[in-house]
Amino acid sequence: MSHLSERPEKPVVGVSMPHESAVQHVTGTALYTDDLVQRTKDVLHAYPVQVMKARGRVAAIRTGAALAVPGVVRVLTGADVPGVNDAGMKHDEPLFPDEVMFHGHAVAWVLGETLEAARIGAAAVEVDLEELPSLITLQDAIAADSYHGARPVMTHGDVDAGFADSVHVFTGEFQFSGQEHFYLETHAALAQVDENGQVFIQSSTQHPSETQEIVSHVLGVPAHEVTVQCLRMGGGFGGKEMQPHGFAAVAALGAKLTGRPVRFRLNRTQDLTMSGKRHGFHATWRIGFDAEGRIQALDATLTADGGWSLDLSEPVLARALCHIDNTYWIPNARVAGRIAKTNTVSNTAFRGFGGPQGMLVIEDILGRCAPQLGLDAKELRERNFYRPGQGQTTPYGQPVTQAERIAAVWQQVQDNGHVADREREIAAFNAAHPHTKRALAVTGVKFGISFNLTAFNQGGALVLIYKDGSVLINHGGTEMGQGLHTKMLQVAATTLGIPLHKVRLAPTRTDKVPNTSATAASSGADLNGGAVKNACEQLRERLLQVAASQLGANASDVRIVEGVARALGSDRELAWDDLVRTAYFQRVQLSAAGYYRTEGLHWDAQTFRGSPFKYFAVGAAATEVEVDGFTGAYRIRRVDIVHDVGDSLSPMIDIGQVEGGFVQGAGWLTLEDLRWDTGDGPNRGRLLTQAASTYKLPSFSEMPEEFHVTLLENATEEGAVFGSKAVGEPPLMLAFSVREALRQAAAAFGPRGTAVELASPATPEAVYWAIESARQGGTAGKGRARGEAVADGGVRTGVEALSGA
Amino acid sequence: MVTARITVNGKEAPIAPAAPHTTVLDFLRERGLTGTKEGCAEGECGACSVLVARPGVNKPTDWVPVNACLVPVAALDGQEVVTSEGLATVEAPGTPPVLHPVQEEMAVRGGSQCGYCTPGFVCSMAAEYYRPDRCAHADAGAGAEATGGAGASGTGDGGDAEHGPNGFDLHALSGNLCRCTGYRPIRDAAFAVGTPTDDDPLARRREQDPPAPVATEYRQDDRAFLRRSTLAETLRLLRERPDAVVVAGSTDWGVEVNIRSRRADCVVAVDRLPELRELRVESDHVEIGAALTLTEIERRLDGSVPLLAQLFPQFASRLIRNGATLGGNLGTGSPIGDSPPVLLALEASLVLADADGEREVPLAEYFTGYRQSVRRPGELIRAVRVPLPLTPVTAFHKIAKRRFDDISSVAVAFALDVEDGTVRKARIGLGGVAATPVRALATEAALEGRPWTSGTAEAAAEVLRGEGTPMSDHRASAGYRAAMLGQSLLKLYAQTTEAVPS
Repeated sequence: MSHLSERPEKPVVGVSMPHESAVQHVTGTALYTDDLVQRTKDVLHAYPVQVMKARGRVAAIRTGAALAVPGVVRVLTGADVPGVNDAGMKHDEPLFPDEVMFHGHAVAWVLGETLEAARIGAAAVEVDLEELPSLITLQDAIAADSYHGARPVMTHGDVDAGFADSVHVFTGEFQFSGQEHFYLETHAALAQVDENGQVFIQSSTQHPSETQEIVSHVLGVPAHEVTVQCLRMGGGFGGKEMQPHGFAAVAALGAKLTGRPVRFRLNRTQDLTMSGKRHGFHATWRIGFDAEGRIQALDATLTADGGWSLDLSEPVLARALCHIDNTYWIPNARVAGRIAKTNTVSNTAFRGFGGPQGMLVIEDILGRCAPQLGLDAKELRERNFYRPGQGQTTPYGQPVTQAERIAAVWQQVQDNGHVADREREIAAFNAAHPHTKRALAVTGVKFGISFNLTAFNQGGALVLIYKDGSVLINHGGTEMGQGLHTKMLQVAATTLGIPLHKVRLAPTRTDKVPNTSATAASSGADLNGGAVKNACEQLRERLLQVAASQLGANASDVRIVEGVARALGSDRELAWDDLVRTAYFQRVQLSAAGYYRTEGLHWDAQTFRGSPFKYFAVGAAATEVEVDGFTGAYRIRRVDIVHDVGDSLSPMIDIGQVEGGFVQGAGWLTLEDLRWDTGDGPNRGRLLTQAASTYKLPSFSEMPEEFHVTLLENATEEGAVFGSKAVGEPPLMLAFSVREALRQAAAAFGPRGTAVELASPATPEAVYWAIESARQGGTAGKGRARGEAVADGGVRTGVEALSGA
Repeated sequence: MVTARITVNGKEAPIAPAAPHTTVLDFLRERGLTGTKEGCAEGECGACSVLVARPGVNKPTDWVPVNACLVPVAALDGQEVVTSEGLATVEAPGTPPVLHPVQEEMAVRGGSQCGYCTPGFVCSMAAEYYRPDRCAHADAGAGAEATGGAGASGTGDGGDAEHGPNGFDLHALSGNLCRCTGYRPIRDAAFAVGTPTDDDPLARRREQDPPAPVATEYRQDDRAFLRRSTLAETLRLLRERPDAVVVAGSTDWGVEVNIRSRRADCVVAVDRLPELRELRVESDHVEIGAALTLTEIERRLDGSVPLLAQLFPQFASRLIRNGATLGGNLGTGSPIGDSPPVLLALEASLVLADADGEREVPLAEYFTGYRQSVRRPGELIRAVRVPLPLTPVTAFHKIAKRRFDDISSVAVAFALDVEDGTVRKARIGLGGVAATPVRALATEAALEGRPWTSGTAEAAAEVLRGEGTPMSDHRASAGYRAAMLGQSLLKLYAQTTEAVPS
């Protein structure tokens, strides 16, 4: 067992406990960024001037009428920017744009004594716009050859030979929707300047260091004049990894120019119309199978809808390509990726970060092809799993370690869920019910953990021990509900060997831990946990020396367990508080900066090869649905999940992540429906689903009626803190089981072996059309299959394009 | 005129200087009670849920949760509100709070992750905790215990997926959204809460009368929020101020204020008028006061009008139903309101009142165009009359993306009288297929006098598919809407005739 993964006696990690802020959450006393406004004097309110056209050149901005509104203090425009007018890291995202690039793009901001004054002022700002032609849909962009950023190609093996060896070849096309984050807390920041003109920004951000960096370059000041703090977020899900920076910069600029605190908080409409979302994708593909249904070759092109600026689209696309294999061995592959440039919001990180999109393509392919191969979908998936001990690598060249876990969770979830028995019950039910069908689908997940870009895989911490024995930890990660802070408290208490109540955690601030990476890529606990552990180990080593001299033992024979130091084989004890006080008087440093870098990673973005991931997290889900044949409406009857989190740092937190991720994934795949006005009328490019009333999140009616989550046991991960694994993103993709179950239930309305195409999201309407298709014999029954002559005399069938969402 | 005041967590405070359009949410937050959150500002997410003491159905007072983002604070003049902060007890400053039982269950079971929606969930859950007719099953407790712990959850014994062994109705949380948890731990918390103790102050408050309605004359700058004590006074006021916006629960107007930034010079509240809050069963009709909330109607009718009983659980969320009224749903005249199709099928009529008197208008003649009706300026809907006896075979089919709290793509209400295998009478109300709610007259004709057979159903379904002029929008395509019209009749036929229902 590695030093990093080893757990000491009586560890606090592994103990099931609620979120560290649970009491504050339930009593409404937990503070979020915008709650600070009431506690701050003389705050100005910032309100955006949104231009409601998809694209156009800003010819003039006239602010006179706005400034005449009582309570309006100032209108911020591009002329006010002392530094770089840029809200991003790619210099393609002007904070105050000269060209409106999407419907709702903000071109100026109004500061008012009240929010009402700022709102009225924003409505009074006059913007002259010379309208320009716009591209709204992915199809528009593809037809116009409108792309930006990298065009990676991932190749592996010999694709032509693979197809030549294939008995069955299918081709297809698939377009699927993005997803709105819909964190319950919208974007918010509060900026203040101190007596030296230094800026302090409280921001709802997953990436305080980058917020600091962008505020610095907008203000034209060095980073040490800008401090960013994030108390906590009311949800992030990736939506606050890159998007908060520009908004925070507006608040900072306003504070700098007026000398007063400036607050902005987007209302829900603004948040939905101004901030980026999960990328929708378009895919074309060709896949070859041998006679037994084993994949021989895959040739695919994935096009991500990047929106108007690059933002994080390139790494999102890279992760999509790196996850098109999911749990399946694809010996020969050529997968190309490109990023469409459209006049919509700039799509960004969202839990899974392209991984879900890549995997959805292969899971959709298998779900569509299984009936045409004459195979049960579960059987087809299982036959294609990576196998241990065969030296298999991913299409980007990384060896697939722990491949045995793919089959292990697959088997265990079927045992836990009594899948074989229930499949018989479902068959009997379906035979007896002409208007209602049930189906059960099992799907798996293999998700690579680490940032693709190796440099981001580092974390920092600062741990302080006070003379009275109390401990305060800071680390570079942010809390957005995922329980990172809870885990970090457990890591610190475990490493120091003290009870949890001795440790407190301070809010994330850039002046405590510098140059942090985003709390993203599921890596928060791995990176910051490694850093907290490292800092605590430095302190523990110093304290063990002190204890050794007090206990008359060698330091290597002293253990601190539950707040008491003892030498091996001795009854003498030294309480933690006494030990710390003694150390202080012996002039031992009681603070330490911790650092962690993930070892063993390499990635070449040019050749698209390497081993970018420290390890893979795996899981499997078995989902049963019931579909109403009259309407396409459905219910999720039961979900069983077995998921690999290594040895859990905090089981209640991890189960919460698995369940929450699953339901969020199910929302993406079944319910959440982003629609834009794609017509040529005056509202072209307007987001039609720009409210909670039209963009529907999963509610209680979508939670599985029975929901059983089990964490894989004895799953120590050698390469991560205390043997754990990352958990934030991977479970989202377990929701493919919902979509595949819906496909199978729709197919059950048709003749046996009916192949069904299903739009994504699989709304009741989409399911209804799939049922109607199945009733008419499915894809093949409509005569849409294409036979292809094959050299060996076999028959190739083709699957035509699915029109998409 | 007495200064407008509100009692929050036991402390009375003046409403001034809030603007007349200021919501309860913004008022609370400006007072430092920031536990109440804004998530959507349109009554969809429930992060702003707070408890209001209202006239009770089974006890003198009920604790009723509402969306604080929709209700103008001036509407709560003289009323009592409790927020998440007020549910916990702080015995001494600086000491940890003593959690309310629902807070305790939410905290220990992992019911909060980011915590932003949590105060709202806590308030909605507390209201259900205090619901007097919430009945625990005989084996209460055992099921909830079994569902805790390791993340395994069925529904426990003695309940179903939507009802706990402790009698907790999950529909109480239908207006609360959580983006983090996937809801399982919240359901476990809800199904684990016990029964209030005798010394619980909020439980005891239920035994006292609710705060009396007070006349309100709240003005700031040139804008006013007005409430009169009687219908006659209100009708006189509306004659003087035909421009006034009339509100009951503000579930529609609140959205206009927040999302479309509308401001009214004069808002007139009618939700506490006794003349609009009666429910009477007469020999030939049921009269339902236009300002009774849907929750009050649901609980007081208690299933006696089956078609309405089918409607209520599908009408928005519990938080909205606690404020929304039939008068409001008909007054706004939306073509996608869920009550009109049902009331059309029931052949309901409206009692319209103005300062000169009353008139009764059949609902089928009420709507005249998109959000237009025969209601004149200064005229109020006083009551809805549903004729008796009721038609025996009824069904309400709402087609939407989400089962809880969604807006209809299409809504179809049926009321059929089938005697000796023949359809004697058919009334079908439709929503979402035209500029107004409409009766499916051609389909009714295709059914009446014909045998209730699959052939008749299929032929009539074909007619129904062609009723109205459905559109394509972000909710559904025109093709799906039309298909669902026909499917709803086929489904009704299957449900009424097949031994195995579906």
